[in-house]
Amino acid sequence: MKPEEIGILIVDDEASVRDSLYQWFMADGYRVGTADDAISALKKLQENPWDIILLDIKMPGMDGIELQHRIKEIDRNIVTIIITAYASVDTAIKALKDGAFDYVTKPIDPDDLSRLIRNAIEKRKLVTENIQLRQQIEELMLPDEVVGESPAIKKVMETVNTVAKTDSTVMILGESGTGKELIARAIHSRSARRYFPIITINCGAYPEGLLESELFGHEKGSFTGAMYRRKGKLEMADKGTLFLDEIGNISEKMQMDLLRVIETKKFTRLGGDKTIDVDFRVISATNKDLEKAIKEESFREDLYYRLNVFSIVLPPLRERRTDIPLIAKYFLSKYAESMNKKVTSFSPQAMEMFTEYDWPGNIREVRNVVERALVVAKGNQIQVDDLSFPFPSPPRPSGGESLEEVEKEQILKILNQTKGNIAQAAEILKISRLTLYNKIEKYHLRKDDLNKHYS
Amino acid sequence: MSDIYIVPIELEDHSYLETLEKFIFNTFHLKTIRREIKINLQDTFDQNRVQYNSSLILRQLITSPPPDAEKILGVLDVDLFIPILTFVFGEAQLKGIGAVVSTQRLHNRFYGLPENREVTTDRLLKEAVHELGHTFGLVHCLQPKCVMNSSTYVENIDQKSAELCPLCQKSIKIEKSRSANKGFQFPWWGKKQ
Repeated sequence: MKPEEIGILIVDDEASVRDSLYQWFMADGYRVGTADDAISALKKLQENPWDIILLDIKMPGMDGIELQHRIKEIDRNIVTIIITAYASVDTAIKALKDGAFDYVTKPIDPDDLSRLIRNAIEKRKLVTENIQLRQQIEELMLPDEVVGESPAIKKVMETVNTVAKTDSTVMILGESGTGKELIARAIHSRSARRYFPIITINCGAYPEGLLESELFGHEKGSFTGAMYRRKGKLEMADKGTLFLDEIGNISEKMQMDLLRVIETKKFTRLGGDKTIDVDFRVISATNKDLEKAIKEESFREDLYYRLNVFSIVLPPLRERRTDIPLIAKYFLSKYAESMNKKVTSFSPQAMEMFTEYDWPGNIREVRNVVERALVVAKGNQIQVDDLSFPFPSPPRPSGGESLEEVEKEQILKILNQTKGNIAQAAEILKISRLTLYNKIEKYHLRKDDLNKHYS
Repeated sequence: MSDIYIVPIELEDHSYLETLEKFIFNTFHLKTIRREIKINLQDTFDQNRVQYNSSLILRQLITSPPPDAEKILGVLDVDLFIPILTFVFGEAQLKGIGAVVSTQRLHNRFYGLPENREVTTDRLLKEAVHELGHTFGLVHCLQPKCVMNSSTYVENIDQKSAELCPLCQKSIKIEKSRSANKGFQFPWWGKKQ
């Protein structure tokens, strides 16, 4: 912090003390203010921010101790230093107990004053840094945004907001790449457990024995290679959230063990005999049809119901095509920033390819395609040549599957061709102008939609 | 051309002043004039503290400044204080006209050490330039060697140089070429650096 960024307020009824401290701090380059009593000090506090306040303990009207109370009510992080003419242990203790940074008697040795202010600035700097870091952590804790305006994703977010306030289990269902973990993190970050960790475990990624050790931890010597005691993910998730991804892939024994832990919130480490209590919320996710698995008796029905108090179904991207441009733009700005590239948009043709494509890999695939396009893009726009789709799909004849969607798309296309001329469009479409007007009204088409419906 | 007035107030040994004047001229490139100004020191004396209030001395010093005075520096050898502090080496008006500096706590004898005239002169030059620097609007500088670095005890004064750092020179628009030594050598602090 530069001296001019630090504000020091001096509160003393003695003009000579105010003036001499004023001169002293001005010579150091600080921003300095003075007040001759508590009332004007409080007024100064409303007018400007102050980092350090030196206040006399004995003043007519409200005394220094009382003033310090009021200051701390306004901003408890302001560093206060009590100055007094007569040292008294009682008042010193009281001032310090009330949150004073230090307590000094007049006159002060110049070197002591200099050191005192240096230390006070250091304290203020640490407090400010601490506040900033907390804010940064809060921001970091907010997961990637869930991007989309489609009714389908809005409904998902409504459910997320509702379930976040509860402690019930949630099962997130959706194809691979639809953002199941993102939704789990969104629930966690909106819940009362947000200051504790969210621990993710990909159940499909471990062989059975290892998954058990990952979840429950183990004691030293519990199996060959268990050289040390190790905490499991269940313990790490204490007071937070446990996110079990690919829950459909766990063995029957694991299903039974998990069910017991979820019901009792107690477990023992592998090879251990001490029961450990844990408090966590379970969110699970799968892209498998668990109801079918239950019928085939490969997934326990009781565990399914235990995990599935709420279920959230994430629609695949092809069922919310209106969100594709938004998601693509979101990744574009995110990666452009991290790659320090000045690419700001997609060419209309490139965006058309985006909306036409079926995205079997869903959002993950959009992210990869955008990231790759950004690497190869030249200029400030992503062109068709920059795009590479891993699973090219034939271009779809229309923007939607239903008759209404096809009709709407065709009307828009012809209106685009005729540059919005209704009479010409009606003629091409072989319907009356009135019918065309009615359809335009029915599909809420506007002039703004022309040529823009892909952007 | 405006001048810097050097005013000996209560000063037993005036022999420091010639060196001081030359050094101030070399630093600020302003002519120095030695002039007596009547100051009633008794009015500034605090019986309880047995010290002189430097703010009150300063006030008297600048009451009616000579018309050609750019700055006025009072030099004395009594112990100075400002009400909140136990002592000060000197005091100045930030971006003002007046400054005072005392040799009292610059002497080695004040600390029970054998007197050393060269050391006292060196300290006086530094403190005088420091206080005058404040009158030119300079605040304390974080450069340890700059004369505008804050000194709260006498060893601090010895640790810094008597020169303004380039940034402080720039702030008061003293060009480097002009501040180049004009043939006046100060062997005592030249040796120390």
